[in-house]
Amino acid sequence: MALLVSLSIALLTVYFGESASGGLHNVQRGFLEVMAPLQEGASRTLKPVSDLVGWAGDVFDAKSENKDLKKQNEQLRAQLAAAQTAERDVRQLRGLVGFNESARFPDGHDPVAARVIGRSPTVWYSAITIDKGSDQGVRDDQPVVSGAGLVGRVSDVAPDAARVTLITDHTSGVSAQLVPDGPNGLVKATVGNPNDLILDFVQKGRAVSKGATVVTSGWRSSRLESLFPRGIPIGRVSRVDSDERELYQRVHLRPFADLRELDMVEVLTRGPRAVQNAQAGP
Amino acid sequence: MNVTWRTVVRLTVLIVAVVVLQIAVVAQIVVFDASADLLPLVALSIGLLAGPVAGATVGFMLGLVADMALLQTLGVSSLLLIGVGYGAGRFREMRDATHKLVPPIGGFLATLGFDAGFALVQFLLGVDSSVSPLVIREALVSAVINGLLVIPVFAGVRTVLRSDLIDDLRPRRRPVTRTRVLSQS
Repeated sequence: MALLVSLSIALLTVYFGESASGGLHNVQRGFLEVMAPLQEGASRTLKPVSDLVGWAGDVFDAKSENKDLKKQNEQLRAQLAAAQTAERDVRQLRGLVGFNESARFPDGHDPVAARVIGRSPTVWYSAITIDKGSDQGVRDDQPVVSGAGLVGRVSDVAPDAARVTLITDHTSGVSAQLVPDGPNGLVKATVGNPNDLILDFVQKGRAVSKGATVVTSGWRSSRLESLFPRGIPIGRVSRVDSDERELYQRVHLRPFADLRELDMVEVLTRGPRAVQNAQAGP
Repeated sequence: MNVTWRTVVRLTVLIVAVVVLQIAVVAQIVVFDASADLLPLVALSIGLLAGPVAGATVGFMLGLVADMALLQTLGVSSLLLIGVGYGAGRFREMRDATHKLVPPIGGFLATLGFDAGFALVQFLLGVDSSVSPLVIREALVSAVINGLLVIPVFAGVRTVLRSDLIDDLRPRRRPVTRTRVLSQS
């Protein structure tokens, strides 16, 4: 008993103290490589079972959700019309200044579709495991999105699997901005509530309206570049806390991506064109 | 508990199967914003069926395999599951663990203890974000779900280990009395 406890504490201490390329981390990555096929097999085989249980729960929510969806549908229809108009404008403006690239976002990235094969059972590690790894071009720190918006970033890679730290993890931080011309801030998680993100470091006095959209800001300096390309939708403002004693206001967001119901995601890998540009230099 | 190489193989397969099932399936089923956690339930079941040493050892191995597979900080789950397995084993030694309510109540308390311990260790290691009070609700819901789920888990673990257990924890049957035998004849 004492030996096992000592061993656990020793493991914890060494693991916490070593770098990401340390011995224990490498052993873990090797272990993930062995476990990934088992997880994938179990996930695929037992998907109908988990879907059935999920369906039963969904029926309870369906009625109220239906009402909300109808409202959202009306809003989205209006937004779609506005977005199509804006896209046409952007295309024309780009043509004027000589850009001949498409408006497809994000530029210079190749999406790699991946299936979610595992999920951390505790709220303290908000992470998923996907069935694509370094053999498919996935690398550390690449952004991961779903059809709805930003999901997280790749935090560990094995040849045929990778771990994705979600934006709801307490270690996550994403530079973001309110659109169209709102302030910048840092999106952080609220542990235990996946439907609530916080856009922090937004200066007081900057107008933030409820329902506004928050996207990744994708900053770039001479030496550093944000992990996330500009313009990936993150969430919608749900409320704003403004405390007299605080320097900044805290903007609460509801993420677009349903991070508890992820089956398929896309990793935005660096495409050959982007790599060539990076090699050519500024 | 009789420990033979067959027991070790059976326990190893059980540990790997439980971790794979937990990560790939159970953790993805969300009920009332929470999901079940098989790991403390299996450690609890082993402790109740085979004693504190077996409970602590299996708890350690379960935690280690789970942390390895999830690329989490090594040692956290192991440390907490040692406590769950050992505590259940000690309860078996000190009290009557054959009562039908022991697994459900044990499953509820073990899950609450495991979640509270996990939160404590995370706070000690450092949490970079604000923590929602919903964590408490999620822990409670998860404990209630586990309190129900422990019944089939406990039965499953007992079936796997039946041949290795010296004294199986089954509710004791009432002995047939002589008067009943006489009256039947």
